[in-house]
Amino acid sequence: MTYSAKLIDHYENPRNIGSLDKSAEDVGTGLVGAPACGDVMKLQIKVGADGLIEDAKFKTFGCGSAIASSSLVTEWVKGKTIDEAETIKNTDIARHLALPPVKIHCSVLAEDAIKAAIADYRAKASKKDESREAAE
Amino acid sequence: MTAITQIRRNDQPIYLDYQATTPLDPRVLEAMMPYFTYKFGNAHSRSHSYGWEAEEGVEKARAQVAKLIGADEKEVIYTSGATESNNLAIKGVADFYKDRRNHVVTTVTEHKCVLDTCRHLEQEGFTVTYLPVQQNGLVDLDVLRAAVTDKTVVVSIMAVNNEIGVIQPLAEIGKICREKGAFFHTDAAQAAGKIPLDVEAMNIDLMSISGHKIYGPKGIGALYVRRKPRVRLAAMIHGGGQERGFRSGTLPTPLCVGLGEAAEICMKEMDAEAVRLTKLRDRMLKGLNAKLPEIYVNGDLEHRIPGNLNISFAHVEGESLMMGIKNLSVSSGSACTSASLEPSYVLRALGVEEEMAHTSLRIGLGRFTTEHEVDTAVDELVHHVTKLREMSPLWEMSQEGIDIKSIEWAAH
Ligand SMILES: Cc1ncc(COP(=O)(O)O)c(C=O)c1O
Repeated sequence: MTYSAKLIDHYENPRNIGSLDKSAEDVGTGLVGAPACGDVMKLQIKVGADGLIEDAKFKTFGCGSAIASSSLVTEWVKGKTIDEAETIKNTDIARHLALPPVKIHCSVLAEDAIKAAIADYRAKASKKDESREAAE
Repeated sequence: MTAITQIRRNDQPIYLDYQATTPLDPRVLEAMMPYFTYKFGNAHSRSHSYGWEAEEGVEKARAQVAKLIGADEKEVIYTSGATESNNLAIKGVADFYKDRRNHVVTTVTEHKCVLDTCRHLEQEGFTVTYLPVQQNGLVDLDVLRAAVTDKTVVVSIMAVNNEIGVIQPLAEIGKICREKGAFFHTDAAQAAGKIPLDVEAMNIDLMSISGHKIYGPKGIGALYVRRKPRVRLAAMIHGGGQERGFRSGTLPTPLCVGLGEAAEICMKEMDAEAVRLTKLRDRMLKGLNAKLPEIYVNGDLEHRIPGNLNISFAHVEGESLMMGIKNLSVSSGSACTSASLEPSYVLRALGVEEEMAHTSLRIGLGRFTTEHEVDTAVDELVHHVTKLREMSPLWEMSQEGIDIKSIEWAAH
């Protein structure tokens, strides 16, 4: 299979590999995929007091396209609000990396990973609000 | 022995996929050359020296192939490769004896060309038993014995598996088949020229051979068909009645000559080559084990051809690893495409977990593999496996002591 230069660059020099403290209140974690299917993505976002995503990290088990897709979205979400980040579409990822048709599911997984990380962050935030209300 | 140390050009990656195909040995090419040029006659022409010369080449080669497997030259027929040989052997006997017997026994780890042929026979009304294999990749002889009935026409079990290199107990299988009156066909594409084969001692009735797996040319193979007691086949390709009527068509003289020469070289060098390759394989495994925890060899290591390793690198997806080791040509045990998220059916048949099957590579060593290439391969594999593990969430979890199976993963 031939891959685009952008894809290869993300595979060879992945951006933002690593982990954030998943128990922190300002961190949202998404873990999607399944080992038996050959791809698992963990994507984490750290949201600042101003509501902007100030950091993003990923770890991916999967083919080169899966690694590149998750690397790319960590770049894209940084500096965005979570509402903006939520609008990232798998088709944008696939187009940017020129994913071959058999690899489109990798971009779908990357979109799922952002959504899952955002959902986790929101769940934590609302719990925080509830406990604050309860304390008042 | 001619000293050939390298067959690839320096700008080519290191070739470690000898189960996919092998390069043509330059000595084989040399033997073939006259038959591409001035010895161009049709081996079936009886009226002039061009024909006689070609026939001489073809018949000498047939004897060379026969000798490799302990057969008589009259029992060897040329085909286009192991795919055709397997088709002809299995469909040929099934068709010829269909009035008396309608059952075929094979295993789940056969090459696709055997499995697909069996599927075809099922559509034609035959019953096929697909035997499981044990965790080490070998058939359980008791299970085999129980599966063969007086309706079984042929038992088709490969000599050596193309993905994991394991060697089936051919002599024992042959004995069971003989006792039960079923023919024994073996796909020896990966075995011929690598391990000693003897159709008499092993009670083999039909055997498939491929030229391009034994440093011969592509597009040629052979089928051994026993004459005493005689095995009869219905022909698949009809025409001029060449090859005892089993396979019509003008023989490709240069390819036949190449197959013969390749067989002879394999036979002469088999013992020394097995020792050399075993050393190289052990060196590779030792090198990898020294620097990489959690790697697992799939399939029996003892009953295995020396030139094959199939390794699961836990928590690293095979395709991403292949993308990293650009300077190595290996093959992956998984295919991460939306069409087939299925990892190798051979590994699955051994009971290898799906997630482990996704992390496997097949590494094939062969005649032109050097110690230096092995060392380079080890370095590259260690580097890239380590790098990919650092970015693997599964590796992270396993380091934290989290059992990956305890997590509820979404179905894909
Ligand atoms: C075990 C086995 N059988 C059959 C074949 C098919 O051989 P050929 O390419 O000569 O048709 C192969 C090669 O891919 C093989 O490994």
